[in-house]
Amino acid sequence: METEPVTVQPPAVADTNPPLLHQLAEHLRQNRTDLREEWARRITNAQLLSAMTPEEIFSEVTAVYDNYVDALETGSVETLQAYARDLSERIIARGVETHEVLGIVLLLRDVLARSLFVNYQDDADLLSQILDAYEPAANRIAVTVGVSFVDERERVIRDQQESIRELSTPVLQVRERLLILPIIGVLDSARAREMTEQLLDAIRANRAKVVVIDITGVATVDVTVANHLVQTVEAARLMGASAIITGLSSKIAQTLVDLGVDLSMMKTVGDLQGGLEEADRVLGYRMPEDADDAAPVT
Amino acid sequence: MAVAVLNQRDYLIASIQSDLSDTEVLQLRDDLAERVGTLRARGLIIDVAALDVIDSFVARALRSIAVTARLRGAETVVVGIRPDVAIALVQFDLNLEPIRAALDVDEALEVLDRMALKDGARDV
Repeated sequence: METEPVTVQPPAVADTNPPLLHQLAEHLRQNRTDLREEWARRITNAQLLSAMTPEEIFSEVTAVYDNYVDALETGSVETLQAYARDLSERIIARGVETHEVLGIVLLLRDVLARSLFVNYQDDADLLSQILDAYEPAANRIAVTVGVSFVDERERVIRDQQESIRELSTPVLQVRERLLILPIIGVLDSARAREMTEQLLDAIRANRAKVVVIDITGVATVDVTVANHLVQTVEAARLMGASAIITGLSSKIAQTLVDLGVDLSMMKTVGDLQGGLEEADRVLGYRMPEDADDAAPVT
Repeated sequence: MAVAVLNQRDYLIASIQSDLSDTEVLQLRDDLAERVGTLRARGLIIDVAALDVIDSFVARALRSIAVTARLRGAETVVVGIRPDVAIALVQFDLNLEPIRAALDVDEALEVLDRMALKDGARDV
């Protein structure tokens, strides 16, 4: 018997099935052109991979088919796995869905099984043995491809979350001793904590006295988020900076009142412009239009 | 005790040099309350920059120093709270409102001067 790189298969299967799998792979190689076309046709009929052109589908189909047959024969799914990852990386950006990927792999499994039925229909025993060898290997390949796709997609999602997190908490210095913190998106516990840390570091680095926290870009505010804001404001105060919250929409204000969140400790101003004017007042700059009542503080 | 207390103009500056035991914290509290009265200080600055950790006991003590000092006629400003310490402090379920804070002693002096000016203006 040949020495084969049977790595993942359990020994019992490896002992009995390689010759059969060989025979099977041989058969599939001989009928490569027909089966490949049949598969591509069924993919198109099932309207899978609609985001790709027929030419693209055909070239991917060819590569997947060869990898698939190799994996069937050797029982080693590593090459196929690497290819599936690579393929996923390319097609995720095109909007290909999980059900499409699983669909095409299961279609190929079906196309090949049918061809086996046709080929071995005269010998029921052999057909049964062939199917015994084929089914577990084919199932494993289907699982491998599906898992690779989902893994890849989760990796993309994680990367994107990471960059969103980094992008969305900039602390900007407007003028000496005045910082702006625009918050955009969803404020969860992890992000709120990170944001607070960045803000406090910036307060110390810039010796800020006033911080304007703009939450125009925050879609919803619930009790948790409100408490995060209260804590951020309080922590900033302990660093010697007073915080002004701006951009509370009427809907959010209503929600907060309904929830009974106590924001009396926080200074809030309607919009960013008002917040900056208020900050100037706190810093002791005299505003031209209300020079009479805004006496310089120092 | 590892606390240096300086007298500067109308103000007392207490600089904590190292972590304090609970007994020392209480001693500091009594000591400061006493001195604020005898020196007729109008402001009290507590520098905690050397503290890596402020636990709830110390936080409570700081608050009670601030409240006591106010009753004795001095405003308290805590300076040098580090970012991570500030985050930890706000997680305690503790009302820190009586504690004023500033970045460093310079800032604190400015805050106290401004408050004295306001008070003075009101008195006149």
